[in-house]
Amino acid sequence: MNEQTVKADRIIDARGAYCPGPLMELIRAVREARVGEVLEVLSSDSGSKRDIPAWAEKAGHEVVGVFPEQGYDRIVVRKAK
Amino acid sequence: MAEERFSMVVFSGTVDKLYPVAIMSSGAVAMGMEVDIFVTFWGLQAFRKGNPRELGRVSKDFEDQAGAMMQIMQEKNVPSWYDTLLQAKELGNVRVHACAMTMDLFGLTKDDLDPIVDDVVGVGEFVDRAKEGKVTLFI
Repeated sequence: MNEQTVKADRIIDARGAYCPGPLMELIRAVREARVGEVLEVLSSDSGSKRDIPAWAEKAGHEVVGVFPEQGYDRIVVRKAK
Repeated sequence: MAEERFSMVVFSGTVDKLYPVAIMSSGAVAMGMEVDIFVTFWGLQAFRKGNPRELGRVSKDFEDQAGAMMQIMQEKNVPSWYDTLLQAKELGNVRVHACAMTMDLFGLTKDDLDPIVDDVVGVGEFVDRAKEGKVTLFI
């Protein structure tokens, strides 16, 4: 299975929300998630694809990948701790 | 490890300046920092009871664009600066301190302020806290 097809346990559809909305929604969801769970954020905010990986690195979670889609990005993170 | 600190002196009381206050606070808590906001003078007026949700003023230099800006924000469902700040406070350690001198000057008590304000402090106490951090902004 490659990174592109990692199945998300939760999908956070933050399309239409502006910075820092998508990141804040993800943080909230990660807090509720169990360790090992995969969360996928859909964001049309152009800052998210950089902002969210930067946050994940700082917070100690794994960035599975950032995948550009039509008009939005899919950012996949695994809760590591 | 002690949390890093992000401090702001908020002197301005207009919507266009309060947005960056709220958004920077969100970014800071997201990055694991604690945030201390010192609201003073016009900045404090924005935090008087009822004001955070009523406020519609923008900076004088961009006054002509205020209506258009507000309309775009509404159309695009951008949360208000106040809701953004509330969300940051919910997710992390954000403290809003009211300036004691301004309170005295305008004859205000803590009861006159929105509940998002944590306490009333003097400039000495705020500066003493801010000196522990690497970032302090004046807005």
